Amino acid sequence: MTEASLTFRDLTLGYYSHPAVHHLDGTVARGSLTAIVGPNGSGKSTLMKGIVGVLEPMSGEVLRRNGARVAYLPQQSEIDRSFPARVVDLVSLGLWPKRGLLGRFTAEDRASVSKALMAVGMEGFEARPIDTLSGGQLQRALFARVLVQDADLILLDEPFNAVDAKTVGDLIELIKRWHGESRTVMVVVHDLDLVRAHFPETLLLARHPVAWGETRETLLPENLLKARRFNEAWSDDAPWCDAPETGDHAHAHSHDHAHDGHDHSHHDHHHHDGPAEHLHTGSGKA
Amino acid sequence: MYDFLIAPFADFAFMRSALYGSLALALSSCPVGVFLMLRRMSLTGDAMAHAILPGAATGFLLFGLNIVPMTIGGLIAGVVVALGAGAVSRFTIQKEDASMAAFYLISLALGVLMVSIRGSSVDLMHVLFGTVLALNDAALTLIGVIAAITLVTLAIFWRALVAECLDPLFLRSVSRFGTPVHFIFLALVVLNLVGGFQALGTLLSVGLMMLPAAAARFWTVRLEPMIALAVVIGAVSCVAGLLLSYHFSLPSGPAIILSAGAVYLASIVAGTRGILSSRVRHHRHRTA
Repeated sequence: MTEASLTFRDLTLGYYSHPAVHHLDGTVARGSLTAIVGPNGSGKSTLMKGIVGVLEPMSGEVLRRNGARVAYLPQQSEIDRSFPARVVDLVSLGLWPKRGLLGRFTAEDRASVSKALMAVGMEGFEARPIDTLSGGQLQRALFARVLVQDADLILLDEPFNAVDAKTVGDLIELIKRWHGESRTVMVVVHDLDLVRAHFPETLLLARHPVAWGETRETLLPENLLKARRFNEAWSDDAPWCDAPETGDHAHAHSHDHAHDGHDHSHHDHHHHDGPAEHLHTGSGKA
Repeated sequence: MYDFLIAPFADFAFMRSALYGSLALALSSCPVGVFLMLRRMSLTGDAMAHAILPGAATGFLLFGLNIVPMTIGGLIAGVVVALGAGAVSRFTIQKEDASMAAFYLISLALGVLMVSIRGSSVDLMHVLFGTVLALNDAALTLIGVIAAITLVTLAIFWRALVAECLDPLFLRSVSRFGTPVHFIFLALVVLNLVGGFQALGTLLSVGLMMLPAAAARFWTVRLEPMIALAVVIGAVSCVAGLLLSYHFSLPSGPAIILSAGAVYLASIVAGTRGILSSRVRHHRHRTA
C-alpha cells in the first residue's frame, strides 16, 4: 500500500443543500495518475473545487498529505483577459507558492518561467499581451503556470477543451512527465479513448462514485451504462438524506441517488460507501 | 511665459500649498484609480465618494469647517459603507453593485439632510466641491500622510492585488489573500477620497482618481507604464487646473477635473489605442 496523497472521508459537496458529490470515500495514492470521467453535472468539477478548498464540504472531509503543494487548473478560469498583463506575468503567478507576497523573483525563477513556456511550445510569447492569445494558446500558458508551480498534487479540469490534436498530444506528454516525477495527477476528461490510452486509473462519477480503480475495469460497459442512467437534475422535494438510519449498503447504490436531498447533521456514518469503495483497491503506482 | 506658468506659484503661498497638496493627491490616488478601473469598479469609486458625505457632514456640524473631524467622520462613513456593501455582497445573494448603490444612496441622503439642518447652501457647496486654494498645513500634512500610506500599502500588496485582478480563482487556490486584499484596496479608495475632499470636495475627488486612469488606458497595454502615465496626467491636470483657476478666476476643483477630462477626451481620439489609430486602415501588414 503506497502513501495516500488524498483521502476522502464520507465527502459530500454541493450547492444549496443539494449534493453534487455524494458520500465519497477512498484514497488517491501518491504518484498516481487518475482520470475523472462522468456525464455533465456528475460532480467532477465540484470534486476538484472541494480538493483545492475553494468549496467547503457539506459533510465529511478531504485530507491532503501534509505540506503537499496543489496546482489547480479550473475548467472555467476567472482570468480577466482584458487586464494589461503579458504572458510572462500570467505564468509568473505560478511562483506564488514559492515566493509568496513579498519574495523577490530571482534569475532562477525567471529561468523556470522561460523553461515552462518552452515546454508548452510557447517560447517567444513572453511579452505578448494575454488578450492577443488564442484559446488554445491561453490553455498552454496555463499549463506552463502549473509547471512553474512545481506542485505535488496537480488537478486539471477539462484541460483539453478548445485545444487542437497536436497540442493535446503535447499536453499529454507533460502530464506523463509529471506522472514520471511521482507527482499525483487528477484530470477531468471526456474523451474515453484518451483515458484508456493514457490513464492508469479512473474514477467514474455520477454524483456518487460508480466505479473507481484500474481504468480497464472502471470503464466496463455495465459501469458506463450505470453512469449514463444518472439523473443530473435536482429535486426540491427530494427527501432529506439521513444515511445512518436508512443507508444500508445492499441497495444504497442499486437505485439512483438523484432523489436524495440533504441534511448532514451527522458526519460519522460509513454506510454509503457502496460498491465504489470496494472497487477501489488503492493500488497506486509505486 | 514666466508670468503665466511660474509667477502664481512663486508669488503666493496659497498657490504653493494648493500645488503641493494636489500633486501629492495625484501621486497617490491615480494608481488607486488605475486598479479601480481595471477591476471594473470605476463607479464604485463614485459611490464611495458620495458615501463619505454624512461622515464629513457630522464633523462639520459638530466642529465647523475643520479638517480633522471632517476627515475622521468621512473615514468612518466610508469604511461603514464599504464593509457593509462588501459584507452584503459576500454573505447574501445580492451583488456588490446593488448593495453598494443601496448603501451609498442612504448615506448620501443622510449627509445632505445633516448639512442642510444647520448651515447655508454655501457650506454645502463647500463640502461638496472643496477649496484647494484654502489648504492649510493640517490639510497638507493629512494629504501627505495619506499619500505615504497609500504608496507603501500598494508596494506591499502589489503582487496580491495584481493576482486578484488578473486571476482571482488562482489566488484563492494558492493563498488566503483574496478577500483581505479586496478590503485593503477598498480602504485605500476611501482613504484617498477622504484625502481629496478637502481639496476637491467629496464629489470631485473621485475625478482625480478616475479620469487620469481612464485616459492612460488608451496609451499602453502594460500595467506599470499605465500607472506612471496616470500619475503624470494627474499631476499635469493639477498644475493646469490651478493655473486656469488663477488666471481666469475659476473655481479650482472643477478646473483641475476639467483639465483631466480634456486629457481623457484627447486620449480617446489620439491615444495609441484610441479611435484614430484603430480606425485608420492598416494598408501594410506583416507576414506573421
